[in-house]
Amino acid sequence: MMKVTTKRHEHKNCRQLLGSLSEYVDGELDEELCSVLEHHMEDCDDCRIVVDTLRKTVYLYHATASTENIPSDIRQRLYKSLNIEDFLEK
Amino acid sequence: MNGNENKVETEGFSLKALQAGDPEEFSRVVDAYSSNIYRLAIKMLNQQEDAEDVLQETFIKAYRGLKSFDGRSKLSTWLFRIATNEALMVIRRKHPEVVSIDEPVETEEGEQEPVEIIDWCCLPENELLSEETKERLDAAIQILPERLRVVFLLRDINDLSTHETAEVLGLSDTAVKTRLSRARLRLREELSTYFSERTKDLREAQLNKSIHASPKEPR
Repeated sequence: MMKVTTKRHEHKNCRQLLGSLSEYVDGELDEELCSVLEHHMEDCDDCRIVVDTLRKTVYLYHATASTENIPSDIRQRLYKSLNIEDFLEK
Repeated sequence: MNGNENKVETEGFSLKALQAGDPEEFSRVVDAYSSNIYRLAIKMLNQQEDAEDVLQETFIKAYRGLKSFDGRSKLSTWLFRIATNEALMVIRRKHPEVVSIDEPVETEEGEQEPVEIIDWCCLPENELLSEETKERLDAAIQILPERLRVVFLLRDINDLSTHETAEVLGLSDTAVKTRLSRARLRLREELSTYFSERTKDLREAQLNKSIHASPKEPR
């Protein structure tokens, strides 16, 4: 079930933490800021949702990109343009 | 063996063979990286013909440049650098008004403030990974300014590290992190708007279904 809270993100702390969220989802945020953010999220549903959906956004791009390969006609033309057709796997 | 050679060797290629023009070894490099380079080009340019040109040009330039390639960076980093420059050249040719990739980060628009705060994480996986969603994911990338788009594509689509991305683009690690953060927040916003609409549609469909399935009880 989806949960809608506020439409606007108005808290001052949230704004200050915004720039740290990307590093946080990568697990690369330094320890001190990390605990500040986690403490803040205990009381701030909005930030928790932003973090969760940010993490999911990155995951979705990862998940879909890894399945996308070069189309076989484009691959064939590439090998031809480089004179390495002999090594094109059938 | 010198230390420089190691980077290429750890990728599983022989720099010596490549520099001697061994076509089989070169074809292994093409096989290993052509999908990544194509993915970068097509998502950067959103046009198949241009992406194919960039792909071919990247490997042609790499083949010619191998003799002078010093091996100080990984082959993949070097290839991404050539491809990125090629793609940006296409963009500049078509849209001369687009500013340079080296533009300081301060002059960019600021952080994307979250507007749509809706928790769509628990939508079913088949909904999150549907064909329609994939199209929206691609369309959202196109909304990003080139400076943010290229960082996002290298980091999150092609899985380069922050430092490798910085090396490809000639930026500092900090600039890469800032741009990645801005790109991701904008994409999150786009997807939240989309999934919020989708949820409304799904709810309505469900409601209609339950209305039709159960006849009204007499009062």
